[in-house]
Amino acid sequence: MNERTPVLDVVCHLILLVGAALVCLPLYFVFVTGTLTQQEVMRVPMSWLPGDAYFTNLQTVLSSANFGRLLLNSFIIASGITIGKLSVSVIAAFAVTYFRFPFRLTVFWLIFMSLMLPIEVRIVPTYESAANVALPLNILGSWLGMQVLVDLDWNMVNRYSGLILPLIASATATFLFRQFFLTIPDELCEAARIDGASPWQFFRLILLPLSRSNIVALAIILFLMGWNQYLWPLLLTTEPAMANAVIGLKKLMPQADSLPTWHLLMNAALLTMLPPTLVILLLQRWFVKGLVDSGK
Amino acid sequence: MLARNSAAELPAAAVGGWRLRWPLRRRAAPAFSDGQAESGLKRAHFTEWRLPFWLLAPQLFILLLFFFIPSVRALIQAFQLTDPFGATTQWVGFQNFERLFRSSVYWSSVQVTVVFTVAQNVLTLSLALLLAFASNHILRGRGAYRTILLLPYAIAPAIAGIMLAFLFNPRVGPVAHMLQGLGLDWDPNRNSSHALALIVMAASWKHICYNYIFLVAALLSVPHSILESAYLDGAGPIQRFLRISLPMIAPTLFFLIVINFVYGLFETFAIVDATTRGGPAGATSILVYKVYQDGFVTLDLGSSAAQSVILMGLALLLTYAQFRFIERRVNYSV
Repeated sequence: MNERTPVLDVVCHLILLVGAALVCLPLYFVFVTGTLTQQEVMRVPMSWLPGDAYFTNLQTVLSSANFGRLLLNSFIIASGITIGKLSVSVIAAFAVTYFRFPFRLTVFWLIFMSLMLPIEVRIVPTYESAANVALPLNILGSWLGMQVLVDLDWNMVNRYSGLILPLIASATATFLFRQFFLTIPDELCEAARIDGASPWQFFRLILLPLSRSNIVALAIILFLMGWNQYLWPLLLTTEPAMANAVIGLKKLMPQADSLPTWHLLMNAALLTMLPPTLVILLLQRWFVKGLVDSGK
Repeated sequence: MLARNSAAELPAAAVGGWRLRWPLRRRAAPAFSDGQAESGLKRAHFTEWRLPFWLLAPQLFILLLFFFIPSVRALIQAFQLTDPFGATTQWVGFQNFERLFRSSVYWSSVQVTVVFTVAQNVLTLSLALLLAFASNHILRGRGAYRTILLLPYAIAPAIAGIMLAFLFNPRVGPVAHMLQGLGLDWDPNRNSSHALALIVMAASWKHICYNYIFLVAALLSVPHSILESAYLDGAGPIQRFLRISLPMIAPTLFFLIVINFVYGLFETFAIVDATTRGGPAGATSILVYKVYQDGFVTLDLGSSAAQSVILMGLALLLTYAQFRFIERRVNYSV
């Protein structure tokens, strides 16, 4: 259809340019504000051009707000969620699709149920579980009157384990891998069995290499999700040094009665945005695939 | 979740994804020697139980600790009354729910949530459609536009909130200054509808890109032959879009509406907490924020648990809807 629609073409470009501007302007202002001094931020109207205080602000953010540590925490949490979720999911999906064993459907339903309730709707009890993982045993112990069980204490607050494990507890990735495995030709498995491969060999030598592109795509999505976590780190960290960068930003937010240190906040925001933005820019093709595949 | 914990894909033709089948429907059993077909089991499979047991153990163990036990406890707590220090607990039946439904604060939170999610949905979907149509129509620069429009996906909702809170800050924000210059007395810290507008904008800013990707993929999968024949019949690009493409991508639109509701209900907590903290005077206290406030700030555990149960019901409904639409998102082959 090679009709010529010069007017519509211009309108479409305008729409897209406005859209791009709506995306970029806030980001540009974050950058500009991060380079201003306290006096320049207070000035009305604010400068539209970057100042020269970027590195001074950066130093303040890194030293007084301990942002280096927070970024490291973000990285550990994001990587932990990504690696943990992928490894747990891929083997679970393999078990559910390639094996016949008693209660297979029951197990699948149990896993599938966890797709339905996000962590946001059950924060209080999930927090209690993380604050004392031995809680169910305690309850059991109190019923049975066994003091040994009641005294168990396994606290995950302010620990990486507590920040990571509860967020792995959902079956998104398992479900996706299951869908993918169902599309793999049966002949591959038959051939492997005829050649005398054990299930584990089939998984390692055939299934995993075939899943590589799905694993990469999903890893990107999970990493971004992990990096941008907010609610869970907010609940589970009481020590400032264990929070992640996004929570650190909340702490830098100027309050009504204090000095409006927007320049420091924006400088830190730029720092926090950079890693995930780079991931998207460099791995765009994979990322789009992962996004559309997972509906996330 | 749902959004986060969901599995949805587009027709294979769209982005080289794979077709999602409704996972729980038994397909007709093919004839083969391995015995009976079970749903979701490969025709060529292994029959042993020790290995799958160990493969499933880590997932099931984590789910048990952090999903099943908490979910069951949320259900139990909804029918209990606990004092803030956790010393005494008693069964109160539906008292928590009654208290909740009698509280005007809760109903105003429901109202705020409805306004917020609907406004965010309309804004997000309409802008995304506009952008998707535009980028489908032009020939040059598609990739560059897409790269820029995708950026917000990388940015945490909390940061989107903080950025807009700054731009619209009545004291220092450049956009707020412009609005004040136009004679509008803009102040989200005092004016509740301004605060609500602010979080709607932040939530949409973050989520338009997600809608956009799905819409572009869906528009690409509309059969060319149909568009071609409409063109020969004299339909212009806008007419073709409204009369052919839009009805054909209806399942994707429904799917996105569901996803947007899920996002608005559950994933915007960070935006509210980082910008308005539910204020002014509860004007932006959406349901998920109220659960957090009652559970962790005012320590009204019974009420918080009852609210959790209500949100669980909503989440289940939305999941169901989501899978219904996934099932219907078929690739029209002509």
